[in-house]
Amino acid sequence: MESLEQIKARAENAIAGARLEVILNGSPSCQHSMLVDEEHALAVARFLRDDPLLRFDYASNVTGVDWPDTVVKKIIKVKQIVDGVERELDQSVEEKKAGHLEAVYHLYSMQLNHGPFVLRLRTADRAERNHLPSLTPVWRGAEFQEREAFDLYGIIFDGHPDLRRILMWDEFKDFPMRKDYLEPDDYEYEPTPHADVLEKAQKHVKEAV
Amino acid sequence: MDEGLKSELSKQGVFTTTFEDLYNWGRKNSIWPLGFGLACCAIEMIAASMARWDLARFGAEVFRPSPRQADLMIVAGTVTKKMAPQVVRLYNQMPEPKYVIAMGACAISGGPFKQGYNVLKGIDRYIPVDVHIPGCPPRPEALLHAFMTLQRKIDEQPLTGAQRPRHLVAEAPSEFPVPQYGEHDLEPPNNPAVWQPPALASAD
Repeated sequence: MESLEQIKARAENAIAGARLEVILNGSPSCQHSMLVDEEHALAVARFLRDDPLLRFDYASNVTGVDWPDTVVKKIIKVKQIVDGVERELDQSVEEKKAGHLEAVYHLYSMQLNHGPFVLRLRTADRAERNHLPSLTPVWRGAEFQEREAFDLYGIIFDGHPDLRRILMWDEFKDFPMRKDYLEPDDYEYEPTPHADVLEKAQKHVKEAV
Repeated sequence: MDEGLKSELSKQGVFTTTFEDLYNWGRKNSIWPLGFGLACCAIEMIAASMARWDLARFGAEVFRPSPRQADLMIVAGTVTKKMAPQVVRLYNQMPEPKYVIAMGACAISGGPFKQGYNVLKGIDRYIPVDVHIPGCPPRPEALLHAFMTLQRKIDEQPLTGAQRPRHLVAEAPSEFPVPQYGEHDLEPPNNPAVWQPPALASAD
């Protein structure tokens, strides 16, 4: 298999305007991935499947990732005049980073026997602009897995042939795999509570007293 | 009937019994289970019905594919919240007298999935359970033990008086409310007539 940089260069060459980004994975697995912008995702997916050197004909896994809103503390140097002398002072600034949802596709080639190639798509945010193009038209096997990502993360795949909940019931409104999901409070006690469960159990005792 | 007299009569070749004994003897030796399984516990249940453990010894080998012909529901496996209304509906469709064995950690309490969002924390929240079997999954021997426990329970049921079983009490419910799919959870989360949360003494 070509390196991710080579694939990125060829894909950007083949599809006008496509913006790809290699995301390096620093862990021992070194499973680097490729972030693709959502407008050209479908074209890039077709390129990955049909290119004679790549032939990624098998999407083995589709999953979602939730990146919640984070606050990053940064220390910046500010020049201030203190007692008539200009000095450099450290000032901490809080920077809000908007969260997003991610769909991750693991691709393999059955013909050329290589892979995995990790493809990532990102939504603009977690609330309203949570749409991504569906890659089911390219890999038919992604259908149920995209439904699962929709069900559990709330990513809406435009162009999906049958986007319904797959694990939870249709009337269900929440997205259970999101970080800010609150599960229903329906277990009343635990023999050995700890952490969150201990807090919950103590709350129940307080209510009971 | 006096046991001594009964024994004496049987020595003379006179067989005596009571209608209650005969009725319960018949019932306890032909408990036909409903043939359905929900998860890995079902594999153990199937094993228990095959030659090695041979559930037929207890008269319970006839797994019925229809709830209308079944006497016993073996809830073998994880009951997800999506599945729970169907399980309750199947139970409602069974004719009285009917019994329930909750088999395995999941069916009795949610088991390893207790802290999850989509698993019912025990089928006893919606339907009355006669025998609980712990284990993950319980061995076929445990299921056989549960069967024998249930048989003993049926054998001891009086047909008259305050202790008579549910199916002989006219005003006792035979059907139990089927939970509805809600926006966040099943509604109601449990049937208060069947199950109440345990009283909490302390969480320490």
